[in-house]
Amino acid sequence: MNAIHLFYEVSGDDFARAGEASGDVKQKLKSLGYDKTAIRNAAIAMYEGEINMVIHAGGGVIDVDIYPEKIEIKMEDKGPGIPDLDMAMQEGFSTAPPQIHDLGFGAGMGLPNIKKYTDKMHIDTELGVGTTVYMTVNANK
Amino acid sequence: MTVAQLAEQFNLKLLAGEQGTNCEFTGCYVGDLLSWVMGRAKSGDIWLTVMGNINAIAVASLADIACIVLTENAALDDDAKAKADTLGIPIYITEESSFHTAMKIGQLL
Ligand SMILES: Nc1ncnc2c1ncn2[C@@H]1O[C@H](COP(=O)(O)OP(=O)(O)OP(=O)(O)O)[C@@H](O)[C@H]1O
Ligand SMILES: [Mg+2]
Repeated sequence: MNAIHLFYEVSGDDFARAGEASGDVKQKLKSLGYDKTAIRNAAIAMYEGEINMVIHAGGGVIDVDIYPEKIEIKMEDKGPGIPDLDMAMQEGFSTAPPQIHDLGFGAGMGLPNIKKYTDKMHIDTELGVGTTVYMTVNANK
Repeated sequence: MTVAQLAEQFNLKLLAGEQGTNCEFTGCYVGDLLSWVMGRAKSGDIWLTVMGNINAIAVASLADIACIVLTENAALDDDAKAKADTLGIPIYITEESSFHTAMKIGQLL
């Protein structure tokens, strides 16, 4: 079976709309009959990536490829990049400003959550150029 | 036990998301930091929080939360209410604290 390909643009300042892309992927996976856990894992990981794009990188683009045995998500931004990836991956590390905390974000749990909910995760980042987060969630259909 | 039955027993007031009230709940999670909730809450949990914004609704939906209970009369934003209605995520409100509400839910589980 060929992969189903989906593409989304995430705008840089719109917290209210963040989550529409992951919500849409969740709906599609549901209608395609994927298992609940895989759908939930992929949806949460993708939402964390969307929110990071909005808070830290001024938006970006998302490519989703749905295969029978896995869901691949690529999230690409042209933001500031991540200076120290090991530190960014630690639970509790966050550079989010106070007004972001008021919204309920900035706990420093997003990247650790992506790791937790995906079977494979890889980040390419370059200062001043941008960040691309690759994630794979294994699935059964 | 369904979310609607719980709400009736505890006198929780429904603010939004009525279509989702027939779903069963299986646990409970308390917290206001959204990534913490996404990392730790389980699917089917009742979520006790004071965070009534649109991002909380997105989190509840993506994480398969059974319903949100806004404790200590925490406010629900208008755009959050509209999204909860669209997605069918029940939102209740109570004047009691998260601690008291969690204690009472704990006795049912
Ligand atoms: N796409 C990105 N571009 C630039 N920096 C990023 C990006 N994603 C994450 N970061 C950096 O890594 C840190 C940790 O990210 P993480 O998602 O774990 O936490 P957070 O976004 O700060 O808070 P939370 O996800 O709990 O709301 C961020 O505070 C930020 O400094
Ligand atoms: Mg984050």
